[in-house]
Amino acid sequence: MAAPAGRGGPCDAAGHRVVTTPRERTARVNGEPCRVWEAGQGEPIGFLAGLFGLTRWTPFLERLSRTRRVVVPSLPGFPGGRGHEQLDDLPDWVAATLDLLEAADLRGADLVGASVGGTLAAEAAAFSPGIARRLVLVAPFGLFDEAEPVADVWAQRADELPALLAGHPERVLEQLAPAPGADPIECHIESVRAMAAAARLLWPTCDRGLNKRLHRIRIPTLLVWGSADRVVPPSYARRFAERLGGPCSVRLLEGAGHRVDLDAPEALVDAILGG
Amino acid sequence: MRLLWFHLMPYTELPDDFVERHGSVWVDIDPALFDARIGHELYNEFLDELEEAAELGFDGICVNEHHQNGYGLMPSPNLMAAALARRTRDAALVVMGNSIALYDPPTRVAEEFAMLDCLSGGRLIAGFPVGTPMDTCYAYGRNPSTLRSRYHEAHDLIVKAWQADAPFAWNGRWNQQRYVNVWPRPIQKPHPPIWIPGGGSVETWQWCARQDYVYAYLSYFGYQAGRAVMQGFWDEMERLGKDKNPYRAGFLQFVGVAESRAEAIDLYRGPAEYFYGRCLCVDPRYAAPPGYTTEATLRAKVVSQVAQAAQRADQQRRAFVAPSFEEILSKGYVIVGSPDEVAEQLRTVATELNVGQLMLLLQFGNMRRDLTGYNTELFAKRVSPQLRNLFDDTWENRWWPRPLAGEARATPRGIAS
Repeated sequence: MAAPAGRGGPCDAAGHRVVTTPRERTARVNGEPCRVWEAGQGEPIGFLAGLFGLTRWTPFLERLSRTRRVVVPSLPGFPGGRGHEQLDDLPDWVAATLDLLEAADLRGADLVGASVGGTLAAEAAAFSPGIARRLVLVAPFGLFDEAEPVADVWAQRADELPALLAGHPERVLEQLAPAPGADPIECHIESVRAMAAAARLLWPTCDRGLNKRLHRIRIPTLLVWGSADRVVPPSYARRFAERLGGPCSVRLLEGAGHRVDLDAPEALVDAILGG
Repeated sequence: MRLLWFHLMPYTELPDDFVERHGSVWVDIDPALFDARIGHELYNEFLDELEEAAELGFDGICVNEHHQNGYGLMPSPNLMAAALARRTRDAALVVMGNSIALYDPPTRVAEEFAMLDCLSGGRLIAGFPVGTPMDTCYAYGRNPSTLRSRYHEAHDLIVKAWQADAPFAWNGRWNQQRYVNVWPRPIQKPHPPIWIPGGGSVETWQWCARQDYVYAYLSYFGYQAGRAVMQGFWDEMERLGKDKNPYRAGFLQFVGVAESRAEAIDLYRGPAEYFYGRCLCVDPRYAAPPGYTTEATLRAKVVSQVAQAAQRADQQRRAFVAPSFEEILSKGYVIVGSPDEVAEQLRTVATELNVGQLMLLLQFGNMRRDLTGYNTELFAKRVSPQLRNLFDDTWENRWWPRPLAGEARATPRGIAS
């Protein structure tokens, strides 16, 4: 299990202060444990993380929790969550996501999903309209245009992946580094497992037919993209917007890469709260 | 022991500047490099070589499966085996093998292998590899996280389909078929011998032991690198209470024979440099899709800090570095020498690694017909006799085909000119 925030020092690589230690509990999905972090007061807002998941509380979550009660459930196979090897097809993943959100008391709350988490947030909303009140999708996977393909994140040299994912690769490396006192081998296996879980859902093109279901999302939806996203090109914001069935707006965050939550934590929080 | 002649069927005309200009032999190899006229020549030449090996008395001839690969021109080894079945009489046909997780439904493999077993009069050895990441996950788009589960289910389905005495329904995790009924049926009962080409994972060894299958370690890096893997295999067999029958194990070795070592070095330098310098130029991006390796194996592999450091260096290596011919020889990737020298070395390899099913790559890299024929003939006439009786006085090869007796065998007609 990842160390709670703060243990690695009060600042992250970018100098953002991270002082919160989130409350932690365990939800069960298909009998497997999935970590749920929670911090802050006020209206609840859920966050489903993206590639590699979360090994630490981040400046993005820290800032969001100053205004809202932030609830962060770990998807199966991502750090803190187990059981991805039981999930064989899209219905299995959607059911697991709905189970997880409900176990985290997030039904009907605002829901933010980034990257892989954005795919599942969108699928959950398409299949179960009452699951969220409002949706924020941050550079979600789910569509594939041959003319402008999504990058193959599973066919990268290990040392090139961080720079593909973020404008600040050191922040990705910080997320992947073992927490003080943690077993580095298990930490490595945890990160491989997270990539395997993402692959299990999205291999090989990340298109599991979401384009046929996006019209079923009729709740207000904010699409957020980093202008320098090298994984899912920013033009995909338009492709999503054209297909969504409800009111939607698009925010492009200048300079941020695919991991918007790491590259532009303040701007992302402002977009979520201001939208 | 059994001596088998293994063909990879490499494309022999990759250009001299292949590494610099093209850089990838697998998955995204440049389609412009394939000349179908040369392909026509090569397929016919390579089939001739396999047929000649059978005529010269090799116990088995082997083909294998690769996709989008410049050193392996057999997306369908079954097509090659079908051609060979008609033109050979006694050699075992070793299809090494079909990546069974790739086929929908996997009973296609049960059918084609049954056809090959019928066509050849019961000479088939059925190889069931998981398949490399490049073949399965990248070329064929199979999900690395579900590949092994699919593999095991496909195996169970195929083996059941070969033996079932009535049609049955299969309601599996990955395959649903209401009516499984493989027709034709294999000649060999209960089914052809099954060999498992694998890497060095403990799970594969345990599974081979449980199923009583041959484990074949097909590495391009020779007996020195293979020693640790085969030691691990035999340690695991001992732990599981299995005997040390060397026919439980197969091993692949590159060999170049000539009248003298000096002549061998002269003849085989080029082909070895071609193979190790061009054919193995695989982009590391395609080597490790997440989920392909089980967590248990991953844990075992990264558990030593040394291994971790090596892996990191490997992952971060930017440019492909071809080994020198001196390194190829000193590390034992390729064994070269006079017939007596080669026989001596192979006897040591077989004894030390305790391998009864020795697969030999006597065509490698850009070797063409004349040199391959020379190598094959020298091996058959002057090396094989020195090795053939090894192990036979002590152990029974329970994993070898049981073909129809001579009088029951059909005789294919000759080719009309």
